[in-house]
Amino acid sequence: MIHKYSMDGVNIVLDIYSGAVHVVDDIVYDLIDYYKEKSKDELKELFKGKYELEQIDEAIEEIETLENEGLLFTEDVYLDYLSQFKMRGPVVKALCLHIAHDCNLKCKYCFAGEGEYRGSRSLMSKEVGIKAIDFLIEASGNRRNLEIDFFGGEPLMNFDVVKEIVDYARSIEKEKNKNFRFTITTNGLLLDDEIQDYINNNMHNVVLSIDGRKEIHDKMRYTKNNTGSYDIILPKIKKMAESRKHKNYYVRGTFTRENLDFAQDVIHLADLGFKQISVEPVVAPKETSYALQEEDLPVLFKQYEDLSKELIKRKEKGQDFNFFHFMIDLSQGPCVAKRLAGCGSGSEYLAVTPEGDLYPCHQFVGLEEFKMGTVFEGIKNEGLQKQFQDCNVYAKEECRSCWVKFYCSGGCAANAYQFHKDIHIPYKIGCELEKKRVECALYLQAKLSGF
Amino acid sequence: MKHVKTLNADTLKKSMAKGGCGECQTSCQSACKTSCTVANQSCENN
Repeated sequence: MIHKYSMDGVNIVLDIYSGAVHVVDDIVYDLIDYYKEKSKDELKELFKGKYELEQIDEAIEEIETLENEGLLFTEDVYLDYLSQFKMRGPVVKALCLHIAHDCNLKCKYCFAGEGEYRGSRSLMSKEVGIKAIDFLIEASGNRRNLEIDFFGGEPLMNFDVVKEIVDYARSIEKEKNKNFRFTITTNGLLLDDEIQDYINNNMHNVVLSIDGRKEIHDKMRYTKNNTGSYDIILPKIKKMAESRKHKNYYVRGTFTRENLDFAQDVIHLADLGFKQISVEPVVAPKETSYALQEEDLPVLFKQYEDLSKELIKRKEKGQDFNFFHFMIDLSQGPCVAKRLAGCGSGSEYLAVTPEGDLYPCHQFVGLEEFKMGTVFEGIKNEGLQKQFQDCNVYAKEECRSCWVKFYCSGGCAANAYQFHKDIHIPYKIGCELEKKRVECALYLQAKLSGF
Repeated sequence: MKHVKTLNADTLKKSMAKGGCGECQTSCQSACKTSCTVANQSCENN
Protein backbone atom coordinates (compact mmCIF):
# COMPACT_ATOMS: atom_id res chain seq x y z
CA MET A 1 0.00 0.00 0.00
CA ILE A 2 1.26 3.48 -0.80
CA HIS A 3 -0.09 6.93 -0.05
CA LYS A 4 0.88 9.96 -2.10
CA TYR A 5 0.09 13.62 -1.73
CA SER A 6 1.40 16.94 -2.84
CA MET A 7 1.69 19.95 -0.57
CA ASP A 8 3.03 23.34 -1.54
CA GLY A 9 4.89 21.84 -4.51
CA VAL A 10 6.47 18.97 -2.54
CA ASN A 11 5.42 15.49 -3.73
CA ILE A 12 5.55 12.88 -0.98
CA VAL A 13 5.09 9.11 -1.32
CA LEU A 14 4.76 6.85 1.70
CA ASP A 15 5.30 3.13 1.51
CA ILE A 16 3.03 2.07 4.33
CA TYR A 17 4.35 -1.37 5.28
CA SER A 18 8.07 -0.64 5.15
CA GLY A 19 7.72 2.80 6.73
CA ALA A 20 9.71 4.41 3.89
CA VAL A 21 9.02 8.03 2.99
CA HIS A 22 10.11 9.45 -0.37
CA VAL A 23 10.09 12.89 -1.94
CA VAL A 24 9.57 12.47 -5.67
CA ASP A 25 9.46 14.68 -8.76
CA ASP A 26 6.38 15.16 -10.93
CA ILE A 27 7.20 12.28 -13.31
CA VAL A 28 7.43 9.65 -10.59
CA TYR A 29 4.41 11.19 -8.87
CA ASP A 30 2.36 10.70 -12.04
CA LEU A 31 3.79 7.30 -13.03
CA ILE A 32 3.38 5.67 -9.67
CA ASP A 33 -0.41 5.50 -9.98
CA TYR A 34 -0.17 3.27 -13.04
CA TYR A 35 3.13 1.46 -12.41
CA LYS A 36 1.60 -1.74 -11.04
CA GLU A 37 -1.06 -2.12 -13.71
CA LYS A 38 0.66 -1.06 -16.93
CA SER A 39 3.69 -2.24 -18.89
CA LYS A 40 6.67 0.03 -19.56
CA ASP A 41 5.49 0.63 -23.10
CA GLU A 42 2.00 1.49 -21.94
CA LEU A 43 3.45 3.94 -19.41
CA LYS A 44 5.54 5.59 -22.10
CA GLU A 45 2.53 5.86 -24.38
CA LEU A 46 0.46 7.36 -21.59
CA PHE A 47 2.95 10.06 -20.62
CA LYS A 48 4.88 10.72 -23.84
CA GLY A 49 3.10 14.01 -24.44
CA LYS A 50 3.92 15.27 -20.96
CA TYR A 51 7.50 14.06 -20.37
CA GLU A 52 10.50 13.08 -22.49
CA LEU A 53 10.86 9.32 -23.13
CA GLU A 54 14.33 9.25 -21.59
CA GLN A 55 13.00 10.78 -18.39
CA ILE A 56 10.14 8.28 -18.26
CA ASP A 57 12.64 5.42 -18.62
CA GLU A 58 14.75 6.79 -15.77
CA ALA A 59 11.77 7.26 -13.53
CA ILE A 60 10.50 3.70 -14.16
CA GLU A 61 13.95 2.35 -13.38
CA GLU A 62 14.06 4.22 -10.08
CA ILE A 63 10.63 2.96 -9.08
CA GLU A 64 11.78 -0.60 -9.92
CA THR A 65 14.89 -0.16 -7.77
CA LEU A 66 12.85 1.01 -4.80
CA GLU A 67 10.46 -1.90 -5.22
CA ASN A 68 13.35 -4.39 -5.37
CA GLU A 69 14.93 -2.86 -2.27
CA GLY A 70 11.72 -3.24 -0.27
CA LEU A 71 11.02 0.49 -0.12
CA LEU A 72 7.95 0.67 -2.34
CA PHE A 73 4.88 -1.50 -2.79
CA THR A 74 5.97 -3.75 0.08
CA GLU A 75 3.56 -6.36 1.37
CA ASP A 76 1.92 -6.45 4.78
CA VAL A 77 3.98 -8.76 6.99
CA TYR A 78 2.60 -7.80 10.37
CA LEU A 79 -0.41 -10.06 10.85
CA ASP A 80 1.69 -13.07 11.89
CA TYR A 81 3.93 -10.82 13.96
CA LEU A 82 0.88 -9.48 15.77
CA SER A 83 -0.18 -12.96 16.85
CA GLN A 84 3.05 -13.29 18.86
CA PHE A 85 2.06 -10.25 20.89
CA LYS A 86 -1.48 -11.42 21.43
CA MET A 87 -0.08 -14.45 23.23
CA ARG A 88 1.56 -12.26 25.86
CA GLY A 89 -0.07 -11.90 29.24
CA PRO A 90 -1.49 -8.51 30.19
CA VAL A 91 0.94 -6.01 31.70
CA VAL A 92 -0.03 -2.66 33.21
CA LYS A 93 2.69 -0.02 33.02
CA ALA A 94 0.94 3.33 33.35
CA LEU A 95 -1.77 4.74 35.57
CA CYS A 96 -3.73 7.94 35.33
CA LEU A 97 -4.50 8.80 38.96
CA HIS A 98 -7.62 10.88 39.42
CA ILE A 99 -6.28 12.72 42.42
CA ALA A 100 -9.29 15.01 42.60
CA HIS A 101 -12.74 14.61 41.18
CA ASP A 102 -13.22 18.26 41.76
CA CYS A 103 -12.10 21.38 39.95
CA ASN A 104 -11.66 25.08 40.61
CA LEU A 105 -12.63 25.94 37.03
CA LYS A 106 -15.83 25.08 35.21
CA CYS A 107 -14.78 24.74 31.60
CA LYS A 108 -17.64 24.57 29.15
CA TYR A 109 -16.24 21.65 27.15
CA CYS A 110 -15.01 19.52 30.07
CA PHE A 111 -15.54 15.80 29.37
CA ALA A 112 -15.28 15.24 33.12
CA GLY A 113 -18.31 17.43 33.93
CA GLU A 114 -16.38 20.01 35.99
CA GLY A 115 -14.21 17.26 37.39
CA GLU A 116 -16.91 15.02 38.80
CA TYR A 117 -16.98 12.37 36.06
CA ARG A 118 -20.67 11.49 36.29
CA GLY A 119 -20.29 11.04 40.08
CA SER A 120 -19.85 13.24 43.12
CA ARG A 121 -16.97 15.45 44.20
CA SER A 122 -14.21 13.51 45.90
CA LEU A 123 -10.48 13.51 46.58
CA MET A 124 -8.14 10.51 46.45
CA SER A 125 -6.80 9.47 49.85
CA LYS A 126 -3.17 8.65 50.54
CA GLU A 127 -4.21 5.02 51.17
CA VAL A 128 -5.81 4.63 47.73
CA GLY A 129 -2.79 6.29 46.09
CA ILE A 130 -0.33 3.95 47.81
CA LYS A 131 -2.44 0.96 46.93
CA ALA A 132 -2.41 2.13 43.30
CA ILE A 133 1.40 2.17 43.33
CA ASP A 134 1.46 -1.35 44.82
CA PHE A 135 -1.04 -2.54 42.21
CA LEU A 136 1.05 -1.06 39.38
CA ILE A 137 4.27 -2.65 40.60
CA GLU A 138 2.54 -6.01 40.89
CA ALA A 139 0.77 -5.78 37.51
CA SER A 140 3.81 -4.51 35.60
CA GLY A 141 5.71 -7.79 35.50
CA ASN A 142 9.24 -7.21 34.28
CA ARG A 143 8.60 -3.76 32.79
CA ARG A 144 10.96 -1.32 34.46
CA ASN A 145 9.69 2.11 33.33
CA LEU A 146 6.38 2.89 34.99
CA GLU A 147 4.34 6.04 34.53
CA ILE A 148 1.98 7.90 36.79
CA ASP A 149 -0.05 10.87 35.60
CA PHE A 150 -1.64 12.98 38.31
CA PHE A 151 -4.89 14.03 36.73
CA GLY A 152 -8.27 15.35 37.74
CA GLY A 153 -10.39 17.43 37.94
CA GLU A 154 -7.59 19.57 39.23
CA PRO A 155 -4.81 17.62 40.98
CA LEU A 156 -3.36 20.66 42.74
CA MET A 157 -6.54 20.70 44.88
CA ASN A 158 -5.15 17.58 46.56
CA PHE A 159 -1.44 18.22 46.25
CA ASP A 160 -0.41 16.88 49.67
CA VAL A 161 -1.60 13.44 48.56
CA VAL A 162 0.32 13.81 45.28
CA LYS A 163 3.49 14.37 47.31
CA GLU A 164 2.79 11.41 49.57
CA ILE A 165 2.28 9.12 46.56
CA VAL A 166 5.50 10.34 44.93
CA ASP A 167 7.42 9.82 48.18
CA TYR A 168 6.06 6.30 48.54
CA ALA A 169 6.85 5.31 44.94
CA ARG A 170 10.37 6.73 45.21
CA SER A 171 10.94 4.91 48.51
CA ILE A 172 10.39 1.49 46.95
CA GLU A 173 11.36 1.85 43.30
CA LYS A 174 14.97 0.69 43.70
CA GLU A 175 14.08 -2.32 45.77
CA LYS A 176 11.42 -3.28 43.21
CA ASN A 177 13.72 -2.52 40.26
CA LYS A 178 11.33 0.06 38.79
CA ASN A 179 11.78 3.56 37.44
CA PHE A 180 8.78 5.85 38.05
CA ARG A 181 8.11 8.78 35.77
CA PHE A 182 5.57 11.28 37.00
CA THR A 183 3.48 13.74 35.01
CA ILE A 184 0.97 16.25 36.33
CA THR A 185 -1.79 17.88 34.31
CA THR A 186 -2.98 21.18 35.78
CA ASN A 187 -5.05 24.22 34.91
CA GLY A 188 -2.40 26.31 36.68
CA LEU A 189 -4.75 28.20 38.98
CA LEU A 190 -3.09 27.05 42.22
CA LEU A 191 0.51 27.08 40.99
CA ASP A 192 2.88 28.90 43.33
CA ASP A 193 6.65 28.87 43.88
CA GLU A 194 6.57 25.98 46.32
CA ILE A 195 4.44 23.74 44.06
CA GLN A 196 6.52 24.75 41.05
CA ASP A 197 9.74 23.73 42.81
CA TYR A 198 8.23 20.43 43.86
CA ILE A 199 7.04 19.67 40.33
CA ASN A 200 10.42 20.60 38.86
CA ASN A 201 12.25 18.38 41.30
CA ASN A 202 9.96 15.39 40.94
CA MET A 203 7.96 15.36 37.73
CA HIS A 204 9.23 14.16 34.38
CA ASN A 205 6.58 16.15 32.52
CA VAL A 206 3.97 18.79 33.29
CA VAL A 207 0.94 19.58 31.14
CA LEU A 208 -0.36 23.14 31.56
CA SER A 209 -3.82 23.92 30.21
CA ILE A 210 -4.30 27.08 28.15
CA ASP A 211 -6.33 27.38 24.96
CA GLY A 212 -4.58 30.26 23.22
CA ARG A 213 -5.81 33.80 22.70
CA LYS A 214 -7.38 35.43 25.77
CA GLU A 215 -10.84 35.79 24.24
CA ILE A 216 -10.80 32.14 23.11
CA HIS A 217 -9.50 30.80 26.40
CA ASP A 218 -11.90 32.87 28.51
CA LYS A 219 -14.91 31.82 26.44
CA MET A 220 -14.41 28.19 27.52
CA ARG A 221 -12.28 28.17 30.66
CA TYR A 222 -13.89 30.24 33.37
CA THR A 223 -13.75 30.35 37.15
CA LYS A 224 -16.56 29.58 39.56
CA ASN A 225 -17.33 33.33 39.50
CA ASN A 226 -17.92 33.14 35.74
CA THR A 227 -14.86 35.20 34.96
CA GLY A 228 -12.22 34.11 32.48
CA SER A 229 -9.10 32.44 33.89
CA TYR A 230 -6.54 33.59 31.29
CA ASP A 231 -5.12 36.54 33.24
CA ILE A 232 -4.79 34.46 36.41
CA ILE A 233 -3.05 31.46 34.94
CA LEU A 234 -0.84 33.00 32.24
CA PRO A 235 1.87 34.47 34.52
CA LYS A 236 1.93 31.24 36.53
CA ILE A 237 2.34 28.88 33.63
CA LYS A 238 4.86 31.17 31.91
CA LYS A 239 6.94 31.09 35.04
CA MET A 240 6.58 27.32 35.23
CA ALA A 241 7.72 26.83 31.61
CA GLU A 242 10.67 29.18 32.09
CA SER A 243 11.69 27.42 35.30
CA ARG A 244 11.90 24.16 33.33
CA LYS A 245 14.08 25.89 30.72
CA HIS A 246 11.31 25.24 28.20
CA LYS A 247 11.81 21.49 28.25
CA ASN A 248 9.70 18.56 29.47
CA TYR A 249 6.38 20.37 29.59
CA TYR A 250 3.48 21.16 27.28
CA VAL A 251 1.09 24.03 27.19
CA ARG A 252 -1.98 22.21 26.07
CA GLY A 253 -5.11 23.71 24.61
CA THR A 254 -8.34 22.50 23.13
CA PHE A 255 -9.89 24.02 20.02
CA THR A 256 -13.59 23.87 19.28
CA ARG A 257 -16.05 25.00 16.62
CA GLU A 258 -15.85 28.44 18.24
CA ASN A 259 -12.22 28.87 17.16
CA LEU A 260 -11.85 27.05 13.87
CA ASP A 261 -8.92 29.40 13.21
CA PHE A 262 -7.01 27.59 15.95
CA ALA A 263 -3.65 28.06 14.20
CA GLN A 264 -3.86 31.62 15.53
CA ASP A 265 -4.06 30.22 19.04
CA VAL A 266 -0.98 28.07 18.50
CA ILE A 267 0.86 31.11 17.15
CA HIS A 268 -0.35 33.19 20.08
CA LEU A 269 1.13 30.65 22.49
CA ALA A 270 4.39 30.66 20.52
CA ASP A 271 4.44 34.47 20.60
CA LEU A 272 4.09 34.30 24.37
CA GLY A 273 7.38 32.41 24.38
CA PHE A 274 6.15 28.84 24.88
CA LYS A 275 8.26 26.25 23.06
CA GLN A 276 6.32 23.02 23.65
CA ILE A 277 2.77 23.43 22.40
CA SER A 278 -0.14 21.10 21.91
CA VAL A 279 -3.54 22.38 20.78
CA GLU A 280 -5.98 19.58 20.10
CA PRO A 281 -9.48 19.15 18.71
CA VAL A 282 -12.34 18.98 21.18
CA VAL A 283 -14.23 15.70 21.29
CA ALA A 284 -17.76 16.60 22.24
CA PRO A 285 -21.29 15.28 21.66
CA LYS A 286 -22.34 16.13 18.09
CA GLU A 287 -25.30 18.23 19.22
CA THR A 288 -23.28 20.71 21.30
CA SER A 289 -22.71 24.13 19.73
CA TYR A 290 -18.94 23.86 20.03
CA ALA A 291 -18.54 20.29 18.67
CA LEU A 292 -16.54 19.96 15.45
CA GLN A 293 -18.61 18.88 12.45
CA GLU A 294 -17.56 17.12 9.25
CA GLU A 295 -18.28 20.28 7.25
CA ASP A 296 -15.55 22.06 9.27
CA LEU A 297 -12.83 19.75 7.99
CA PRO A 298 -11.67 21.82 4.95
CA VAL A 299 -11.20 24.88 7.19
CA LEU A 300 -9.30 22.82 9.78
CA PHE A 301 -7.07 21.22 7.10
CA LYS A 302 -6.12 24.69 5.90
CA GLN A 303 -5.29 25.67 9.48
CA TYR A 304 -2.87 22.75 9.83
CA GLU A 305 -1.27 23.65 6.49
CA ASP A 306 -0.90 27.30 7.46
CA LEU A 307 0.59 26.26 10.78
CA SER A 308 3.18 24.02 9.16
CA LYS A 309 4.24 26.84 6.82
CA GLU A 310 4.48 29.25 9.76
CA LEU A 311 6.65 26.74 11.62
CA ILE A 312 9.07 26.61 8.70
CA LYS A 313 9.26 30.42 8.60
CA ARG A 314 9.96 30.57 12.31
CA LYS A 315 12.54 27.81 12.10
CA GLU A 316 14.42 29.83 9.48
CA LYS A 317 14.38 32.83 11.83
CA GLY A 318 15.51 30.76 14.80
CA GLN A 319 12.14 31.24 16.52
CA ASP A 320 10.90 27.68 16.22
CA PHE A 321 8.72 25.75 18.63
CA ASN A 322 7.44 22.20 18.84
CA PHE A 323 3.85 21.50 17.91
CA PHE A 324 3.00 18.14 19.49
CA HIS A 325 1.00 16.78 16.57
CA PHE A 326 3.69 17.61 14.00
CA MET A 327 6.46 15.86 15.89
CA ILE A 328 7.59 12.78 14.03
CA ASP A 329 10.98 11.19 14.44
CA LEU A 330 11.20 9.20 11.23
CA SER A 331 14.28 7.19 12.08
CA GLN A 332 13.87 6.64 15.80
CA GLY A 333 10.15 6.60 16.38
CA PRO A 334 8.20 3.81 18.00
CA CYS A 335 8.61 0.23 16.83
CA VAL A 336 5.92 -1.48 14.81
CA ALA A 337 4.77 -3.46 17.87
CA LYS A 338 3.76 -0.22 19.61
CA ARG A 339 2.18 1.15 16.47
CA LEU A 340 0.06 -1.96 16.09
CA ALA A 341 -1.03 -2.00 19.71
CA GLY A 342 -2.10 1.64 19.97
CA CYS A 343 -2.37 3.79 23.09
CA GLY A 344 -2.64 0.85 25.47
CA SER A 345 -5.87 1.98 27.14
CA GLY A 346 -7.58 -0.81 29.04
CA SER A 347 -4.51 -3.00 28.92
CA GLU A 348 -1.21 -1.23 29.63
CA TYR A 349 -2.76 2.05 30.69
CA LEU A 350 -5.57 2.36 33.24
CA ALA A 351 -7.28 5.17 35.12
CA VAL A 352 -7.83 5.08 38.88
CA THR A 353 -10.71 6.99 40.50
CA PRO A 354 -10.41 8.69 43.91
CA GLU A 355 -12.14 5.61 45.39
CA GLY A 356 -9.63 3.22 43.76
CA ASP A 357 -11.80 1.91 40.93
CA LEU A 358 -10.02 0.94 37.71
CA TYR A 359 -11.22 2.01 34.25
CA PRO A 360 -9.69 1.56 30.75
CA CYS A 361 -8.66 5.24 30.65
CA HIS A 362 -9.62 8.64 32.05
CA GLN A 363 -12.36 9.09 29.45
CA PHE A 364 -14.22 5.92 30.45
CA VAL A 365 -14.34 6.84 34.14
CA GLY A 366 -17.85 6.79 35.52
CA LEU A 367 -19.26 4.46 32.83
CA GLU A 368 -20.13 1.58 35.15
CA GLU A 369 -19.99 -1.06 32.40
CA PHE A 370 -16.30 -0.22 31.92
CA LYS A 371 -15.29 -0.68 35.55
CA MET A 372 -12.47 -3.23 35.45
CA GLY A 373 -11.75 -3.78 39.13
CA THR A 374 -10.14 -1.87 41.98
CA VAL A 375 -6.61 -1.20 43.17
CA PHE A 376 -7.46 -3.32 46.23
CA GLU A 377 -8.64 -6.44 44.40
CA GLY A 378 -6.85 -5.99 41.08
CA ILE A 379 -8.48 -6.52 37.69
CA LYS A 380 -11.69 -8.50 38.02
CA ASN A 381 -13.14 -7.98 34.57
CA GLU A 382 -10.41 -9.78 32.65
CA GLY A 383 -12.67 -10.14 29.61
CA LEU A 384 -12.80 -6.38 29.28
CA GLN A 385 -9.04 -6.11 29.60
CA LYS A 386 -8.64 -8.74 26.89
CA GLN A 387 -11.09 -6.88 24.67
CA PHE A 388 -8.98 -3.73 24.94
CA GLN A 389 -5.72 -5.64 24.53
CA ASP A 390 -7.03 -7.17 21.32
CA CYS A 391 -8.30 -3.84 20.01
CA ASN A 392 -5.31 -3.29 17.75
CA VAL A 393 -5.05 -1.77 14.28
CA TYR A 394 -5.95 -5.03 12.58
CA ALA A 395 -9.03 -5.58 14.73
CA LYS A 396 -10.62 -2.48 13.20
CA GLU A 397 -12.10 -2.97 9.77
CA GLU A 398 -11.73 0.66 8.73
CA CYS A 399 -8.10 0.86 9.90
CA ARG A 400 -6.92 -2.17 7.95
CA SER A 401 -7.26 -0.39 4.64
CA CYS A 402 -6.19 3.04 5.90
CA TRP A 403 -2.74 4.46 5.07
CA VAL A 404 -2.33 6.34 8.36
CA LYS A 405 -2.77 3.33 10.64
CA PHE A 406 0.88 3.09 11.71
CA TYR A 407 0.90 6.75 12.73
CA CYS A 408 -2.33 6.98 14.74
CA SER A 409 -2.31 3.29 15.74
CA GLY A 410 -6.03 2.98 15.34
CA GLY A 411 -7.12 6.13 17.14
CA CYS A 412 -8.73 6.71 20.50
CA ALA A 413 -10.95 3.95 21.89
CA ALA A 414 -12.90 6.42 24.02
CA ASN A 415 -13.72 8.60 21.01
CA ALA A 416 -14.81 5.48 19.10
CA TYR A 417 -17.07 4.44 21.95
CA GLN A 418 -18.52 7.91 22.38
CA PHE A 419 -19.59 8.12 18.75
CA HIS A 420 -20.33 4.49 17.86
CA LYS A 421 -20.76 2.65 21.17
CA ASP A 422 -18.05 0.34 19.84
CA ILE A 423 -14.32 0.71 20.50
CA HIS A 424 -13.57 -0.89 17.11
CA ILE A 425 -15.20 1.78 14.94
CA PRO A 426 -12.99 4.89 14.67
CA TYR A 427 -14.30 8.42 15.13
CA LYS A 428 -14.30 9.81 11.59
CA ILE A 429 -13.49 13.47 12.26
CA GLY A 430 -10.57 12.36 14.45
CA CYS A 431 -9.29 10.13 11.63
CA GLU A 432 -9.48 12.86 9.00
CA LEU A 433 -7.68 15.35 11.22
CA GLU A 434 -4.99 12.80 12.04
CA LYS A 435 -4.38 12.13 8.34
CA LYS A 436 -3.94 15.82 7.68
CA ARG A 437 -1.61 16.25 10.67
CA VAL A 438 0.61 13.38 9.51
CA GLU A 439 0.74 14.83 5.99
CA CYS A 440 1.79 18.19 7.42
CA ALA A 441 4.33 16.59 9.76
CA LEU A 442 5.97 14.71 6.87
CA TYR A 443 5.88 17.83 4.70
CA LEU A 444 7.74 19.63 7.49
CA GLN A 445 10.34 16.86 7.58
CA ALA A 446 10.78 17.21 3.82
CA LYS A 447 11.12 21.00 3.99
CA LEU A 448 13.60 20.79 6.84
CA SER A 449 15.60 18.33 4.75
CA GLY A 450 16.00 21.00 2.10
CA PHE A 451 13.11 20.41 -0.31
CA MET B 1 18.58 8.78 -7.83
CA LYS B 2 17.50 11.70 -9.99
CA HIS B 3 13.77 11.52 -9.48
CA VAL B 4 13.43 10.23 -5.92
CA LYS B 5 14.97 11.25 -2.61
CA THR B 6 14.29 8.88 0.26
CA LEU B 7 13.73 10.66 3.58
CA ASN B 8 13.33 7.51 5.59
CA ALA B 9 14.05 3.90 4.68
CA ASP B 10 12.38 0.74 5.96
CA THR B 11 12.69 1.51 9.68
CA LEU B 12 9.24 0.20 10.46
CA LYS B 13 9.93 -3.22 9.02
CA LYS B 14 13.34 -3.37 10.63
CA SER B 15 11.84 -2.54 14.03
CA MET B 16 10.21 -5.99 14.04
CA ALA B 17 13.62 -7.49 14.82
CA LYS B 18 14.04 -6.05 18.29
CA GLY B 19 10.92 -4.02 19.00
CA GLY B 20 8.13 -4.63 21.45
CA CYS B 21 10.01 -4.24 24.75
CA GLY B 22 7.19 -2.02 26.04
CA GLU B 23 9.48 0.31 28.01
CA CYS B 24 8.47 3.44 26.08
CA GLN B 25 6.10 6.14 27.23
CA THR B 26 2.36 5.56 26.99
CA SER B 27 1.12 8.05 24.44
CA CYS B 28 -1.71 9.45 26.56
CA GLN B 29 0.79 10.37 29.28
CA SER B 30 2.54 12.91 27.06
CA ALA B 31 0.00 15.54 26.19
CA CYS B 32 -2.85 14.20 24.20
CA LYS B 33 -5.51 12.78 26.53
CA THR B 34 -8.13 13.02 23.81
CA SER B 35 -6.48 12.37 20.46
CA CYS B 36 -4.44 9.21 20.19
CA THR B 37 -1.02 10.12 18.89
CA VAL B 38 1.46 7.29 18.86
CA ALA B 39 3.92 7.96 16.03
CA ASN B 40 5.43 10.98 17.75
CA GLN B 41 6.56 9.00 20.77
CA SER B 42 10.20 8.06 20.96
CA CYS B 43 11.81 4.66 21.41
CA GLU B 44 13.59 3.96 24.70
CA ASN B 45 16.27 1.99 22.91
CA ASN B 46 17.49 4.76 20.62
